Amino acid sequence: MKKFIEGSHAVAEAVRMCKPGVVSAYPITPQTHIVERIAKFVADGELNAQCVNVESEHSAASLVLGASMMGERVFTATSSQGLILMSEVLFNIAGMRLPIVMVCANRALSAPINIWNDHQDAISLRDSGWLQLFAEDNQEAHDFICQAYKIAEDHKVMLPVMVNMDGFILTHGMEVVDVAEEKTIDKFLPSYNAPYKLDIENPMSFGLLGDPSVYLETRLALHKTMEETLETIPKVGEEFASLFGRKGVDLIEEYNIEGSGTVVIAMGSVCGTIKDYIDGSDEDIGLLRVISYRPFPKERIRKALKGAKRVVVLEKAISLGSEGPLYTEVRSLLDTDTTAISGFIAGLGGRDITFETLDEMMNVVKESPGERCRFLGVDSSLLKEEFYV
Amino acid sequence: MAQGKNIERHFDEHYFVSGHTACSGCGQAIAARLVANVAGPKTIIANSTGCLEVFSTKSPESSWRVPWVHSLFENSAAVASGIEAALKHEGKEDINVIAQAGDGGTGDIGLQAISGMLERNHNILFVCYDNEAYMNTGIQRSGLTQFEANTTTSPIGKVTKGKLHYKKPVLEIFAAHCIPYAASTSIAYPRDLERKVKKALETKGPKYLQIHVPCPLGWGHLPSLTMEIAKNAVLSGLYPMVEYENGEVVKVFKISKRISVDEYVRPQARFKHLIKDVGAMKALQEVADKNIEYYKLG
Repeated sequence: MKKFIEGSHAVAEAVRMCKPGVVSAYPITPQTHIVERIAKFVADGELNAQCVNVESEHSAASLVLGASMMGERVFTATSSQGLILMSEVLFNIAGMRLPIVMVCANRALSAPINIWNDHQDAISLRDSGWLQLFAEDNQEAHDFICQAYKIAEDHKVMLPVMVNMDGFILTHGMEVVDVAEEKTIDKFLPSYNAPYKLDIENPMSFGLLGDPSVYLETRLALHKTMEETLETIPKVGEEFASLFGRKGVDLIEEYNIEGSGTVVIAMGSVCGTIKDYIDGSDEDIGLLRVISYRPFPKERIRKALKGAKRVVVLEKAISLGSEGPLYTEVRSLLDTDTTAISGFIAGLGGRDITFETLDEMMNVVKESPGERCRFLGVDSSLLKEEFYV
Repeated sequence: MAQGKNIERHFDEHYFVSGHTACSGCGQAIAARLVANVAGPKTIIANSTGCLEVFSTKSPESSWRVPWVHSLFENSAAVASGIEAALKHEGKEDINVIAQAGDGGTGDIGLQAISGMLERNHNILFVCYDNEAYMNTGIQRSGLTQFEANTTTSPIGKVTKGKLHYKKPVLEIFAAHCIPYAASTSIAYPRDLERKVKKALETKGPKYLQIHVPCPLGWGHLPSLTMEIAKNAVLSGLYPMVEYENGEVVKVFKISKRISVDEYVRPQARFKHLIKDVGAMKALQEVADKNIEYYKLG
């Protein structure tokens, strides 16, 4: 049923229909509307779950870890500083192979403190062992929830999934969302059947000390599973599409790439702006949207970029002292003798990425191709001259 | 043959079994068995990082015959809260949930998560095995290290000698959450310990039990003296055994034959510097005197 709905509420509706037994979170802007709505569902008896209001994000992640270890389907959500505070637990959850689903309302990291959107929070958790999906709009954020559980709870996967949605732009943005039917979700997502759990009938120990004789293999197994999910993700997306009648999750999205000499690569809601820009442009520009940042779909990207002469990576995060992390990874896939690649950083801390920003980017691509790490939309009056050339 | 039967019986009777790698004379291992045996098979344990976790569960082996999980250092109270929430969701209210940690995992890095667990009224027993320092990382001082004790981070130097600060009153902090039950005990009094575990598990809501467990390696005493030293801690007044219900003291272990702090510290290398320092010994004696006065242990 189509509803004009806020992004956070679209996500909360999806979580309700996935029927987690335990939900725990800690308030942080711009994530709060998600758990507020879930708490209301529980208070109204529309969701039969234990909703535990903890004293920190570290405990929120730890609490859902404990409940997941009991064989429960669980949910948490956070953003920015909260994600970073959770980070110790998030690595632990992946290592313990628990199929936890969380939403990260992407937001900049302090200092300076800033509550607005960029991708630095999630990107900093790149190596944690969580699958990371980036939604472009609220429909996707809504639809990714049940698909995330389906991927995570596959006994061949048993890894956590982070659904990323841009803070404010999506979480607080009102859009028309085709809200799923509960009975269709029930059909798509059976109840979770844990392959291992804390059980007094079959007492087992979890979280054991892994010394040098075993640790390396546990990481290899995790890595291999992560690579295997490159097949699981589109498969789940196809199953979703056949049941729900709209597109499901995939690793990447290709937009107007066929025959375009220039391909822009980006993630999240800015891709909507880029699509509009492409539609209004006389030039041959395509977009490659990375949906799955982890696992990183190398082959799919390489294949999609085959005909591109110029590749332009636009991202909302930076590996300080190096360059944009997405740029680094895309560059490693390309033959730089035949393909020019440029890297741009924009939108940090919620700075709007507009058509003017994209004009600036395309001008730089033409005039000085091969920029590795160029910031866009910079107010040079805020920088001392010696730092800004 | 007889030996085989004994081992079989051992595995039938205990829920924390031998084969682990604790040091000889480890007070924590003794306490852990007493706690697990009272709790019995209908128990789930969340364990913080620390000696107990390391010596009992080196992959692929485990000494635990009840479901047991270790996640991180500071989060066992939050993990246990998730376990308890799951049990509530499943309508299983007759299973004991225990979270446990050393003194560092309880009173320092774990304090916040435990405070949250107590405030939210989870039906969980939190057990602190208090050996008064970070033993797992090599004997560094914790908030619960006794005043003046020598540790690797509160060493005996030319200017300062031992821990400069008093032992953190963690039992009192948790009791101040007005939880239904909070108590301290010692492995020197196994019956007292067992009674308190039983009482805690029969009480609904959040409970806290702090157990004094000597560490021969960290305290610098003979493994054969573990029990005697634990007993002397209580008899000197340095480790009061008390019980709180809903924030009020309801019972204390009265000291029948009081001993001096000197007698308690003498066999322990961590207090060696007090033997020749009359002022320092007096200062620690004052701590014991204050405990006795405050809790009316005499």
